[in-house]
Amino acid sequence: METLLQIKNLKTRFHTEDGTVHAVNGIFYDLKAGEVLGVVGESGCGKSVHALSIMRLIPCPPGDIEAGEVWFAGRDLLKLSESGMRQVRGRDIAMVFQDPMTSLNPVYTVGFQIVEALTLHMQMDTAQARQRAAELLTMVGIPGAKQRLDNYPHQFSGGMRQRAMIAMALSCEPKLLIADEPTTALDVTIQAQIVELVKRLQEELGMAVMWITHDLGVVAELAQTINVMYAGFIIERGDVHDIYKRTRHPYTLGLLGSLPRLDEAPGTKLVSIPGLPPDLIALPKGCPFAARCIYRIDRCIEENPPLMPADGLDHQVACWRWEEIAGRTSS
Amino acid sequence: MNTTTPLLVQVHHLKKYFPIHSGLIIQRHVGAVKAVDDVSFDIYEGETLGLVGETGCGKTTVGRTMLRLYEPTSGQILFEGRDITTLRESDLRRTRARMQMIFQDPYASLNPRMTVGSIISAPLDVHGIEKGKQKRDRVQELLRMVGLNPDFVNRYPHEFSGGQRQRIGIARALAVSPSLIVCDEPISSLDVSIQAQVVNLMEELQTQLGLTYLFIAHDLSMVRHISNRMAVMYLGKIVELADRDEIYTHSLHPYTQALMSAVPVPDPDIAKARRRVILEGDIPSPANPPVGCNFNTRCPIAKDICFKDEPEYREIRPKHWVACHFADQFLKPVS
Repeated sequence: METLLQIKNLKTRFHTEDGTVHAVNGIFYDLKAGEVLGVVGESGCGKSVHALSIMRLIPCPPGDIEAGEVWFAGRDLLKLSESGMRQVRGRDIAMVFQDPMTSLNPVYTVGFQIVEALTLHMQMDTAQARQRAAELLTMVGIPGAKQRLDNYPHQFSGGMRQRAMIAMALSCEPKLLIADEPTTALDVTIQAQIVELVKRLQEELGMAVMWITHDLGVVAELAQTINVMYAGFIIERGDVHDIYKRTRHPYTLGLLGSLPRLDEAPGTKLVSIPGLPPDLIALPKGCPFAARCIYRIDRCIEENPPLMPADGLDHQVACWRWEEIAGRTSS
Repeated sequence: MNTTTPLLVQVHHLKKYFPIHSGLIIQRHVGAVKAVDDVSFDIYEGETLGLVGETGCGKTTVGRTMLRLYEPTSGQILFEGRDITTLRESDLRRTRARMQMIFQDPYASLNPRMTVGSIISAPLDVHGIEKGKQKRDRVQELLRMVGLNPDFVNRYPHEFSGGQRQRIGIARALAVSPSLIVCDEPISSLDVSIQAQVVNLMEELQTQLGLTYLFIAHDLSMVRHISNRMAVMYLGKIVELADRDEIYTHSLHPYTQALMSAVPVPDPDIAKARRRVILEGDIPSPANPPVGCNFNTRCPIAKDICFKDEPEYREIRPKHWVACHFADQFLKPVS
């Protein structure tokens, strides 16, 4: 598969009254066409900011994409003009946001909002676009799509709004769909519907998907590759099996251990990670996870480990002691 | 829990309807949201009863009505053998010292203008339990119990992270030495690694102090982790109640089965191999629930009878309660 998106040394900062927030701190990765990538991390790890940086949706000021390159289909998105970027957004890269309650405009009908994208990017006239919009709503599983086009967002339930958002995102057949916590605001049975829907559409349309979430469970069944982020760094990256079965970073291990599992034995104790993530205004000199890490050595405090190959070339980890951890945890 | 363990709470046929009014000036009563509709369950002393369900199923209303923060529409709530639905205000206040609550949102449930010390000692003042130096000592002891530095008494809530605030909320609930704590989604707003910290703390405190929890949450795997028994709610009713392992291995209600299969498993092999029951559609409005079984609009096995008769909530085998006409077909012999 060819590379669709290539991110090099992306750094995003926010200049606030309290100081500079180091939200994304130099990340590198490639995303292949048709690949499903899961980006996992807790609040404030930079997972959403990095996606917004790719879309150039960071409000500036206070935000600032300080350095980096985002290569997409042969162009560096960070160097495009604003009008050039507008051609990419919605057309080549589409985004679905977390909150389906607020990401649709309440004063326009759902149909109008889908038609708008189609007339803008696909050079359709209104009649064609309405026809296509109804097809899209049917595709995402909204019954009575033709009539539903004239509904306002408040007439849709949460799950239906998220489906409508997905229909809108897919309307221009993007090469990459960025889904930023699309199911976090939804109930589990509705979440299962949406995950199933995106899985089916991804297979049918062959687009690449970047699924951003804090839930290691959701991406386990969806993604092929996982990036685990912490304090604005990618600290582990690899094939979904590498991440869950041959975990090498102590933070990823901690995250997996702190999740209760439905199939766990009675009396299982959760492994919690002590402490809190670091302050992004005053990042430590060494490894950002060192303060909470049970494997910490002096070197971790002095020197921040880069993302280095572990096991195979495709599994990368940012930890000085990954080999010892591998020895202790391998099954 | 074995049969000799005493019951702490008994809830019989509890109903809580919220009236719907219409009209701008003359308010007419046009209907009711049946938030809790005929719910019965017991809580044993020292156990954790988990209450799960999706948004709007009435699980929070059950918790609040149980403490009489809402006046029940009908039904009985026996706490330590006494019916609290008929208690007078002054008696109720005395009883409330025995039952406390931990709230979902640690940002909204702590007064930003009060110091941590005054937040935690507020219940002591209300119930007139400790004064002066003893009160100060008690607050410091509580802070230590929940894993916070006792020197934090003079700080304000905004100086703490979400997980730390939830610890303050727990300390406040523990202040009056209650026997029952209703935990209403206590970890839903926290990050995964912090959730585990708070859950472990709650488990330690339970062993240490012999607390009884009603643990309300939508996160099925977390509820299963912390509970001894679990109740599943749908649209104002309990559809199934059983032991945590029984409900996982032998769930008899199609909704429980679907809910269980919708929970993501953090293991790519299991996630890909398992067969999921995907429910169609959304939850109906509790103001206008379906006739018959209220799950019939989404149920994969619904037959004619489900659209006519409401299934009886029955003890299908010892300690396993279920409300489904067809629960018997899932019944496997006990091994």
